[in-house]
Amino acid sequence: MSSSSVPLDPDTVRRIARLARIRLAEKDVAQLQGELGAILGWIEQLNEVDVSGVDPLANIGAAAMTMREDVVTDGNQTDAVLANAPARSGPFFTVPKVVE
Amino acid sequence: MTLEFTLASARAALRRRTISARELTQAHLDAVAALEPHIHAFITVTPDMALAQADAADAALARGKAGPLAGLPVAIKDVFCTKGVKTTAASRILEPFVPPYESTVTANMLRDGAVFLGKLNLDEFAMGSATTNSAFGATINPWQRADSNTPLVPGGSSGGSAAAVASGMALAATGTDTGGSIRQPASYCGIVGIKPTYGRCSRYGVVAFASSLDQPGPFARTVEDAAILLGSMAGHDPKDSTSANRAVPDFAAATQRGVKGLKIGVPREYRVDGMPPEIEALWRQGLDWLRAEGAEIVDVSLPHTKYGLATYYIVAPAEASSNLARYDGVRYGLRVPANDLKDLYEETRAAGFGAEVRRRILIGTYVLSAGYYDAFYLKAQKVRALILKDFTDAFGQVDALLTPTTPSAAFAIGENEDDPVKMYLNDIFTVPASIAGIPGMSVPAGLDAQGLPLGLQVLGRHFDEETIFAVGAALERAAGFTARPRIRMGEGA
Repeated sequence: MSSSSVPLDPDTVRRIARLARIRLAEKDVAQLQGELGAILGWIEQLNEVDVSGVDPLANIGAAAMTMREDVVTDGNQTDAVLANAPARSGPFFTVPKVVE
Repeated sequence: MTLEFTLASARAALRRRTISARELTQAHLDAVAALEPHIHAFITVTPDMALAQADAADAALARGKAGPLAGLPVAIKDVFCTKGVKTTAASRILEPFVPPYESTVTANMLRDGAVFLGKLNLDEFAMGSATTNSAFGATINPWQRADSNTPLVPGGSSGGSAAAVASGMALAATGTDTGGSIRQPASYCGIVGIKPTYGRCSRYGVVAFASSLDQPGPFARTVEDAAILLGSMAGHDPKDSTSANRAVPDFAAATQRGVKGLKIGVPREYRVDGMPPEIEALWRQGLDWLRAEGAEIVDVSLPHTKYGLATYYIVAPAEASSNLARYDGVRYGLRVPANDLKDLYEETRAAGFGAEVRRRILIGTYVLSAGYYDAFYLKAQKVRALILKDFTDAFGQVDALLTPTTPSAAFAIGENEDDPVKMYLNDIFTVPASIAGIPGMSVPAGLDAQGLPLGLQVLGRHFDEETIFAVGAALERAAGFTARPRIRMGEGA
């Protein structure tokens, strides 16, 4: 098992967290640098495997996707859909103002 | 009293009316009340709903119109959406969530008359191997080492399911398995667990972790019970485009087939360095049992086994980072108020996700990001194809494979917490089958020197769970596993 670590600089950790929309405290950046670097170093062992000529396998279900009639099967569930909303206004979800 | 029943024997007693569904349910609710402070298997207990369902089952039994699970008290891993009952995935971010709809698997069980005792603990979003990653506290394994009362993990992620069934709080339970989350806790708790073929059970209404790997399955104390519950859970569902349009076989009948004439493969790559000698010995013992029942043992090779874990820890986090993007604080779940939308997203997700879930989202985001996609994600998908081909080649020679379920018995709470990769190694024997989508079962087969249960894993061809049930039942008969955990309902209690 490979034990080398992939060096991740603090800016890379902050950039990934921004892409994932997770706010990081500054103290977490250094810790995650170590943890994520160790995990990425470990998974780099796949570099040993010869995959030339191999097609990527995305989904194990061999069957082709099935199609159904393009008709409404459900609806008029506004209250059920909104029942778990942290904030709502009438039939709408609400969020902080996006456009000034 | 609860541990004296199996799903099958309780069903027979209900049909004979020697016990009522209400009595059986009350006995299980009493077991939950007595054991829950020691085990913490549940996130939510639903006694009123359970007793109402029991009364409905008694009425159906009296009319002679009872379904296959009528009046049988079971419990549900808290990743299955249950209409009107909080469903948290053991995460702060879903803590307030009450689903307005029922998952297909639980709907199938309700159709068949099951009684739901409540919702079971797990690792947050099913990410973990010890059930220590729950936002609502760890579950304790009902088993203890012979010479100590150190609390042990029940395995994970379906640790609440395994602990509840092993200790007698529920006759059976549902779980989900993405890389071993049914088979590993079943092994650690001395019970039976099966991950069916990918597509056998609908994923509709199951909180998603890694969609190309996730698969629901049952926990039970006997192979026959697992077959009964899977028969109810399984089936085609138009609401899940990956659910297989195949008839559900009579799994319980398959437990009676025997193994005469079957070819059982022994994959040589599962003999790993540092495996405890007693696990190696149990594995040999299992092969001897099957040989004595008329099976032929064949050495096979699965050459890419050692790359299974690394492949898994690219594919699963990648899918998780995508699936968990939905938790944004807008439509349901936790919201941390903020002045603009981006802050709302970032603060909500920082507060809502635990450390392991955050790690996996970040790894997944990294391996899918521009410049790294080909090196990590595409590469992993190609190795995944090679791992599938290993199994396809092996199943050209043999009908099933026998391996240990885990490289160790249950470990103490707090062990393996210092290094994420060390924790990941628990799944070394279970992950390859998940990657290939094939079915796998863990059967309790013996005890280690400390008195802790050890499981053997049976793997089969796609959609051939029946052979797994035949082999699992043969192992169960030969092993005669009757040991019980220390924390349990007393006989007569």
